[in-house]
Amino acid sequence: MFRDAALVAGKDLRIELRSRVAINQVLPLAVLLLVLFAFALDPDTGLLVRATPGLFWIATVLCGLLAVQRAFAVETADGVTDGLRLSALDTGGLFLGKAAAVALQLIVLQALLLAGVVVLYDAAPSGWLMLVVTCGTATAGIAAAGTLFGVLAAGVRVRETLLPLLLLPVLAPVLLAATRAFEAAFEGRSSEGWPWVGLLAAFALVYIVAGLFGFGALLEES
Amino acid sequence: MEPAVHLRGAVALIGRFPALAGVDLDVAPGEVVLLRGPNGAGKTSLLRACAGLLPVVDGEAVVLGQDLRTDRVAVRQRVGLLGHRTALYDDLTVGDNVRFWTRSVGGDEKDGDAAMARLGLSGRLASVAVNRLSAGQRRRVALAVLIARRPQLWLLDEPHAGLDQPTRDEIDRIVGEAAAAGATVLVASHELDRAEALAARSVEIVGGHIDASGGTGPPREDVSRVP
Repeated sequence: MFRDAALVAGKDLRIELRSRVAINQVLPLAVLLLVLFAFALDPDTGLLVRATPGLFWIATVLCGLLAVQRAFAVETADGVTDGLRLSALDTGGLFLGKAAAVALQLIVLQALLLAGVVVLYDAAPSGWLMLVVTCGTATAGIAAAGTLFGVLAAGVRVRETLLPLLLLPVLAPVLLAATRAFEAAFEGRSSEGWPWVGLLAAFALVYIVAGLFGFGALLEES
Repeated sequence: MEPAVHLRGAVALIGRFPALAGVDLDVAPGEVVLLRGPNGAGKTSLLRACAGLLPVVDGEAVVLGQDLRTDRVAVRQRVGLLGHRTALYDDLTVGDNVRFWTRSVGGDEKDGDAAMARLGLSGRLASVAVNRLSAGQRRRVALAVLIARRPQLWLLDEPHAGLDQPTRDEIDRIVGEAAAAGATVLVASHELDRAEALAARSVEIVGGHIDASGGTGPPREDVSRVP
């Protein structure tokens, strides 16, 4: 399973490196979101700093949505889904590989977003461990749930509009918990953030397990 | 000897539409069979059903010893399908595509490299992105993937379409070699002259049925080639 996951993740990342969709479209969108939020809230700098955790995770979730859509757009073109069905790839490995590729792109994006909020919003986080663990667990949840709902929507003609409708409500707990954990990290109250990190870890675990067991059936129906 | 493909009254649906409406067909291991018929007759559906991609909902359907009604996933790794769509990643290079799909069935990358060399896809072309290729070149890449898979059952849907003459000839040689090595081949084609020269016998499919004069019965006098 892990060999297949590495093969699929390597393939997806190679596609992104060659197509540069993430670099040319997703990343500029994330920066644009930060700048627009800054314009909207600029008169009240204190509000901007207080809103930083929420704005960070809204930008992450929206960009994650694009990354998931892109991850499945390449699988539905020109009969590739049939190729996957005819392969000997373990469906659990396929799920893990696609989720890992999305997660890695999101981690890179978050590093740049974090630099962006420090520079543009003058936000100064103090609990770095909390920040890193929150990013890791939230990203795992977004990537796992996104991959599961991505394959669910992949076979539908209106997938571009269906996926946000399905995925964004599901990711609401991630948005809430990650924002609370980030608030704790930015305000130096890390002890208040750990329960939210626990929620993020539980969310990620649920969707990873669901993906390992359900991805194959959903791929069959897509 | 157990047939490589055994269908009796096989029914397959696409949505509610009966794509196959009670097909009878037996194909022996190592046999090359041509599927003839007008557009929409069910040739592609028959190939997809044999590949385990289209569910058979009624009748008997056994391919390479696997019952398609109970476990169609098991047969998939052992078949190779060259369809209308090439199943290639546009943004990956020719080499990356062939190697990925070869490894996806547990194959050796060297098999992929050898298949590319055979079809003239080595060298500079191996590092070209698939989205820059012509339709014919894409089809050659798909064929290289098929060869590298080393399937036991080859399912070829219009294999000569869009290809130049040398590649068509090469396909015929490849199919002949595969059959000689024991692989079974089903070819759906409208290019009857070429495909009939390739096949040991032909069957006609009309409206989701195999014509009574083909299928499990003796080959049609007018089109069959008995080795």
